[in-house]
Amino acid sequence: MTIVEQTTKQQIRSAPSWFSRLRDSDLWWSFTHHPSAVGAAILLLLLIGSAFLAPLITVQNPYDLASLDLLNAEIPPIWMEEGQWPFILGTDTQGRDLLSAILYGSRASIVIGAASVAVSLIVGSALGLVAGYYGKWADGLLMRAGDVLLSMPTMLIAILVSALARQALPPSLREVGASGVIVLAISLSAWVQYARTVRALTMVERNKEYVQAARLIRVPTWRILIKHILPNTTTPLLVTATLNFGLGILIEATLSFLGVGMPPEQPSLGTLIRIGNQFLFSGQWWIVLFPGLQLCLLVVSINVLGDWLRDALNPKLR
Amino acid sequence: MIAFLVKRVGNAILVMLTVAFFAFLIFRFLGDPVEMMVNESATQVERDELRSRLGLNDGFLVQYLRFVTNAAQGQFGLSWRNQQNVITLIGERFPATFELVIIATILSLAIGIPLGVFTAIGRGRWWAEGLQFSSIVGVSLPSFFVGIILILAFSVSLGWLPGYGRGEVVQLGWWSTGLLTPSGRAAIVLPALSLSLFQITLVMRLVRAEMLEILRADFIKFARARGVKRRALWFRHALKNCLMPVVTLTAMQVGNLIAFALVTETVFQWPGMGMLFMQAVTFVDIPVMAAYLCIVSFIFVTLNTFVDIAYAVIDPRLRAA
Amino acid sequence: MHLSRILVGGVALLALAMPATAGTLKWGASRDISSLDPYSYGDSFALGVLNHAYEGLVRYDRNLKIEPALATSWEIVSPTTWRFKLREGVKFHNGADFTAEDVQASLKRASDPKSPLRGNIPAYKGSRVIDAHTIEIDVSAHYPLLPNDLTTIYIFDAGWLKDNNAEAPTDVGSGSEGYATYNENGTGPFKVESRQPDAKTVFTKFDGWWDKTEHNIDRIELTPIASPATRVAALLAGDIDFTDQAPVQDLPRLAASPEVKVLEGTDLRTVMIGFSQRDQLLSGAANPMKDLRVRQAMQLAIDLDLINKKVMRGKSRNAGALVAPQIPGYDAALDTPVKADPEKAKALLKEAGAEGFEFEFNCADSLVNEEQICQAVASMWSRVGLKPKLDQGTRAVQTPKRSAGKVDVYTLGWATLPMLDTYSLTSQVLHTKEGSFGIFNWGGWSDKEFDKVTEASAVELDQTKRLAMEAQSLKIAKEHALMIPLHQQPLAWATTAKIKDFPLFSDNLPRLWLVKM
Repeated sequence: MTIVEQTTKQQIRSAPSWFSRLRDSDLWWSFTHHPSAVGAAILLLLLIGSAFLAPLITVQNPYDLASLDLLNAEIPPIWMEEGQWPFILGTDTQGRDLLSAILYGSRASIVIGAASVAVSLIVGSALGLVAGYYGKWADGLLMRAGDVLLSMPTMLIAILVSALARQALPPSLREVGASGVIVLAISLSAWVQYARTVRALTMVERNKEYVQAARLIRVPTWRILIKHILPNTTTPLLVTATLNFGLGILIEATLSFLGVGMPPEQPSLGTLIRIGNQFLFSGQWWIVLFPGLQLCLLVVSINVLGDWLRDALNPKLR
Repeated sequence: MIAFLVKRVGNAILVMLTVAFFAFLIFRFLGDPVEMMVNESATQVERDELRSRLGLNDGFLVQYLRFVTNAAQGQFGLSWRNQQNVITLIGERFPATFELVIIATILSLAIGIPLGVFTAIGRGRWWAEGLQFSSIVGVSLPSFFVGIILILAFSVSLGWLPGYGRGEVVQLGWWSTGLLTPSGRAAIVLPALSLSLFQITLVMRLVRAEMLEILRADFIKFARARGVKRRALWFRHALKNCLMPVVTLTAMQVGNLIAFALVTETVFQWPGMGMLFMQAVTFVDIPVMAAYLCIVSFIFVTLNTFVDIAYAVIDPRLRAA
Repeated sequence: MHLSRILVGGVALLALAMPATAGTLKWGASRDISSLDPYSYGDSFALGVLNHAYEGLVRYDRNLKIEPALATSWEIVSPTTWRFKLREGVKFHNGADFTAEDVQASLKRASDPKSPLRGNIPAYKGSRVIDAHTIEIDVSAHYPLLPNDLTTIYIFDAGWLKDNNAEAPTDVGSGSEGYATYNENGTGPFKVESRQPDAKTVFTKFDGWWDKTEHNIDRIELTPIASPATRVAALLAGDIDFTDQAPVQDLPRLAASPEVKVLEGTDLRTVMIGFSQRDQLLSGAANPMKDLRVRQAMQLAIDLDLINKKVMRGKSRNAGALVAPQIPGYDAALDTPVKADPEKAKALLKEAGAEGFEFEFNCADSLVNEEQICQAVASMWSRVGLKPKLDQGTRAVQTPKRSAGKVDVYTLGWATLPMLDTYSLTSQVLHTKEGSFGIFNWGGWSDKEFDKVTEASAVELDQTKRLAMEAQSLKIAKEHALMIPLHQQPLAWATTAKIKDFPLFSDNLPRLWLVKM
């Protein structure tokens, strides 16, 4: 092994990982000095925690039809005159405990939002890396595909895919498939953003000396891409991913509200609002209000965090 | 410049052809058109006859080319549900959506720009930071929920404004407008507000960011040093310089607003293209869905291309891109 | 200058466009009609709306009994031939005279192979013009229900159809619009002034109507408002004067308002649940519902009282029979609702070896609170250990699956419209699927004895004997637990208080020519 090779390898090894960069940066300092970010983080932790602990802390499984009793339908929240224990936030038209439904629904929303970010992040970065590194036709193809997808509004694609794909699904897959279809519907246009970011950064990085050195010593291409180029893109990707997480949850809720998202027997927050909306004027305001508030809290806390993260990671504003 | 124009327009056409391809796939392969058209007692012979009459036995490419040729001439066939020309149906609904989107855009500029300027010049003060924070809340609120709350508050509880429909409309040729009647103007307030909320926060944040950038620029510092009044500085010099990105954003967002109007239109029962599309989804009226996809994308692509070209005219450096 | 001219023009137009509010009835419906052509879909609601512009030879009166309309009298001249005397002096909206030619052209159009309305006149064979105001109609067999069928066969003007190339029903496949889709020329009390699909359809009074005008409406504006909550808000705000679909959950609030009058009754529509009788379920497993005990168990699991109380707010009528009491052929002896007994249901399922089997439950969205009913029923079945998989979708999505027989268990609402006779149910829903029979027999049930009784009832001219036969076929259906009847759904209309007289019809079709504002 020559000296040149050794130093190159060392350089490569000491290229800071995203974790150490986060720790070394003044991100933590910034975080502790932004009360809104701290508040949002605590709120988000609470919301996510309660959603995932839902089976342990709720009084019923709202997805299990056998646990519902129509006798308990439309009980108002506990502090109202006709309120009944254990239905703290009241029940919906099927006797579903609203708090349980909200927590299970939040879980569905969070999982779908996170899955859509994961799918589009992985697909987008992979394609972006390839396009940025190889250029030529791979790049052209990717950019055109991106142009096409971005020329159709995200919401429209999501509605079309969700409405049409669910019908094409065989009945046996429909139950599991519903959330998968939504993830697909959201990711279909979301990956472009990641791909473009990664592509741009890759094009800058691939001409840098350390990459050329790595190429010289025949480090496999996939290794260069993943170990050396990809880490440079984490900062912008992190911000985009956070904001898209909130956006994914919003799109899922909108789809469900429009009736092309989660089915009524597996209600997500949007489904609950859609059903409650039919009963808005007949006195059962709680069926709309509480899921709506939960949805707002969830997305606001994510976006506040994302907003802080963007400012904190943006060197211009420091 | 000519080369740039050709490239941009060529790109736009390529994009539209691909969109048309998707629309064609939807039209052709989701739900057998023949099964949707015949009544259930039709015989196999009748079905086959219809199939060949519709040209469904031709080659894939031939069918696609025919679809594109027809689409370019605005022929998307008949709606399966209404049995009317799809393009007539969409044309009738276009003014409603257009007015909603335009009013929402005006609202977003009229509210967003001043708010953006204030949050920029008041940076660090509690009210500016509070506004900036509430803008995040504005981006985060689901527009359908905002719509429901607006209806509940202003229409049901207070009874100030109507919560559905377009009110009385007036025909000006083929264009139907609700802006010339009191009931029409009242009816547009809530939906336009609900649609513009997201856009307001977008404009506000953009103006704030641009203003902060510009206020740091040298020419502003010089102007300050020369004793130009602060107010003149903010509104005449600084704001003027950040309007270009705002105009761009607004132009690029029109397509998104049209798409987002589907949600608003559903909540407010606004008889625009979006509601037509949602009804088509409900009734699996594929020709309407395909046509809507093509038309909205066309508007989107056209606006984007215009913005690109306009930029290139203003700034020759971008022509290379 | 240009702009100002447009504005001035707009103001002038505005002055013209503002209708006099006196005598305008704003109707907020839950959905729109799909076309102005009454032969475009066999949809009861659309036919009911279009009945304001178009009329048939006969119509239903205030008590839903047949009365003369465009025909003044009729007689049976041979077992398979009916002769109709037509009303003289009737004018179409375009001024043309109404003659036998028009009836013949309309019958031809309605019975065209491409006509979706063909099923409404199953027995029709052909017609002969005898003179300008007499026509003979041939039917395939003895068929006492022909006048009932003719209530929805609206009469077009033959000349108008010919001039506008609309003699055949609109064929979506042809790619060209049908003239009758957005133009109207009937003989009814109102004519169509303008129409914007899914937004607004305007009817105005037709001064040359042949019948005595009882109403005082100059103008009807039909606006579809899909969201029930919005419909209620619009009514309370006075934006609409009438809705034929007041949500049951909002009735107390509407009734409490001094601005609103609520009209309540029971719909003729019976809501029921049907089973697949094929050998296999959709999942490929053997179909346990071929066993009578399983069907009975599924019926015993359903608590009708609870659905009535919670989902229908006490406004529905629990049913034991498959038709409403008003329908000829109804037998009170059959109309005892089954009491829920989950324990017995479990025991029966155990006995039949069908515990915990999984099936698809196909639900649509066209019945009153259908989504809620389906969830409640699915939950009740789950509680006796069954595993229903709810497949909820819009009617347009579910109908193709249903008519292709791709269902295990499904909901159905049947009002026997437009025939208003038990034969509509027995021939269309329960008879073996063959020919024009059993079009809605989605479960694929077939019973020789049942078919025999049903077919015999169709050609029996003695009314008493015929009704006894129909009751007999209903009894067979009940013994086999072929369908589970749930309830007759509630009928709730609401109008603003200013409307004086608004007759309620249990077929849920408003007849505004009988309304006084």
